Amino acid sequence: MKRFAKLTRRAPSGLLDYHRRWPLRLVMVATLIFLYAPVVALMAFSFNDSKRNIVWHGFTLKYYEKLFANTELMQAFANSLTIAFFSTLISVLLGTLAAIALWRFKFPGQRLYEGVMAMPIVIPEICMGIAMMAFMARTGWPQDLIWPLNLGAIMIAHVAFSFPFAAIVIRARLESFNRQLADAARDLGASEFHVFRDILFPHLSPALLAGGLLAFTLSLDDFVITFFTSGPNSVTFPVKIYSMVRFSVTPEVNAASTILIAMTIGLTAIGLRLHYRSQFQETAK
Amino acid sequence: MMQNQSDPIIRLQGLCKSFGDMRAVDAVSLEIQRGEFFALVGPSGCGKTTLLRMLAGFETPDAGQILIDGRNMTNVAANKRPINMVFQSYAVFPHMNVAENIAYGLKIAGLARDEIQSRVEEALTLVKLAGQQLKKPDQLSGGQRQRVALARALVMRPQVLLLDEPLSALDAKLREAMQLELVHLQKTVGITFLIVTHDQSEALSMADRIAVMQDGAVRQVAGPKALYETPNCRFVADFIGKINLFEAMAAPAGKPGRIRISSILFGDQELDGNARGSVTLAVRPEKIHISHHRAAQDGLISIAGMIMDISYFGGYSNIFIDIGTGHPLMASITNFHPDGANAFSRGDPIWCSWRDTDTLLLTD
Repeated sequence: MKRFAKLTRRAPSGLLDYHRRWPLRLVMVATLIFLYAPVVALMAFSFNDSKRNIVWHGFTLKYYEKLFANTELMQAFANSLTIAFFSTLISVLLGTLAAIALWRFKFPGQRLYEGVMAMPIVIPEICMGIAMMAFMARTGWPQDLIWPLNLGAIMIAHVAFSFPFAAIVIRARLESFNRQLADAARDLGASEFHVFRDILFPHLSPALLAGGLLAFTLSLDDFVITFFTSGPNSVTFPVKIYSMVRFSVTPEVNAASTILIAMTIGLTAIGLRLHYRSQFQETAK
Repeated sequence: MMQNQSDPIIRLQGLCKSFGDMRAVDAVSLEIQRGEFFALVGPSGCGKTTLLRMLAGFETPDAGQILIDGRNMTNVAANKRPINMVFQSYAVFPHMNVAENIAYGLKIAGLARDEIQSRVEEALTLVKLAGQQLKKPDQLSGGQRQRVALARALVMRPQVLLLDEPLSALDAKLREAMQLELVHLQKTVGITFLIVTHDQSEALSMADRIAVMQDGAVRQVAGPKALYETPNCRFVADFIGKINLFEAMAAPAGKPGRIRISSILFGDQELDGNARGSVTLAVRPEKIHISHHRAAQDGLISIAGMIMDISYFGGYSNIFIDIGTGHPLMASITNFHPDGANAFSRGDPIWCSWRDTDTLLLTD
């Protein structure tokens, strides 16, 4: 395969091979620099042996050490992971139920429901955040519960915006399900529960994982909605970073951001990979 | 309750099923005998698949009864019926290997592990998949996947095996081999097979008895030979095999059981029958003899015409003859002599003749 790729690369550029003409390559490189240079700089300066983010003074890991010694930040990180874990679990559960209901049954207002379900994806986050804050205040959601119950409000908000993503991924996977498989299982004596456990669930599992990773990532790095729903005792990692930035952008903030970026990219990559692989598997047959 | 072995294994009584305004199955009554290889044929949309799905328990009839082995199964769920099915897409579970696929039904039934093991092995040998038990479905060919689907159903030892267009996804050569194999398999296991197909030649070559369906109703039930040689209506005559149809008028011929047929094509002719008025005459292409000179023999019906086209198929040729009706007459001749078909060529004036006893008289 590799040798073949080399051969094709040397072939003369065709009519539609835009990416192989230098002006377009230039635009592409410029775009990538514009988009990612700040992020790369931020990550690089988290290893900079200096208090300021301007001049490179040599490599160090001391800001990472400081970071792990910062109990407030570590508490915020633990909060974030806890919220992400539970909101993911609930999102995937709700997403699965919604996707199966939409796929399996025909009911009046089905299209409307499908549209409304996806609303949190398009509603501006700031509006969602304010709405959540108003909702929590109005319902008198208790603020002073013990950990991790004090994170309940944030979890609810996170489920509200991440479950549609899970539902959409799972719904897409259901489309490729051969319903004759379920009929065949029933024909062999399987009950509805058996059909779900033995046939539908194995088919859905890549989508459940992909949807879950997506929900986890969304929850982990959400700032706006969390900002409006968090109290003084329920600060998350992104909210904590924000409060640190208000004093000054120290390399410590860079280090914290780097960790967040790495986790987000890693999880998203795994999630998308699983999602696409599960789709291609079906079309290949 | 003990059932008499001569009672039918399946008895359908007045079965109806509609989808919206469409009557998919319209008052079908049918009896299928024990150990029979039974085929349901018909053009697409004739209701044969709906009938099969009602038998399997995937559709609930609007009216009528399904009796399996004398017991009323009309409202019994699919997973509780002593019937198993081979699906058109085979529906082999993609995440299970061959052995797991075949064992699935037995596991659900809660059989002991060694019992499952021995029955799976037996089934694998039966469908000639021994040694393949650890393969995943995506490592198998279409034909092999079908064998898995067959084994998975047979291992349940059903009273009836339903097959929904089982050969339609296979290529022509494999299909022919599989037809023979299915017939042998059915005789070996002795289970009643009910196959649904749109391919009439498949039904003719495999089944002991065939039901021809049209618009949700069964038009004729008969053995392959009876169905081909004595169809009871125009639809069956036309659907099963190839046939030439002519319109004619029938009148009493003086003798009882004989009628006089008058046709503009071949004048008056006496035939056996009791029909009156407008009738359809039918003759199969292979019954027609063609020659350059009119055959002088009693009991022959002859029509003059001109050869329009010759389709060569290797072993036989189909000759299309213009007889002035707008519908060419088709005659099949075997190419017993290598240049047999070359004795005729396009544009030749020709005589077509067949025995009057080979003429089918259809009134419906």
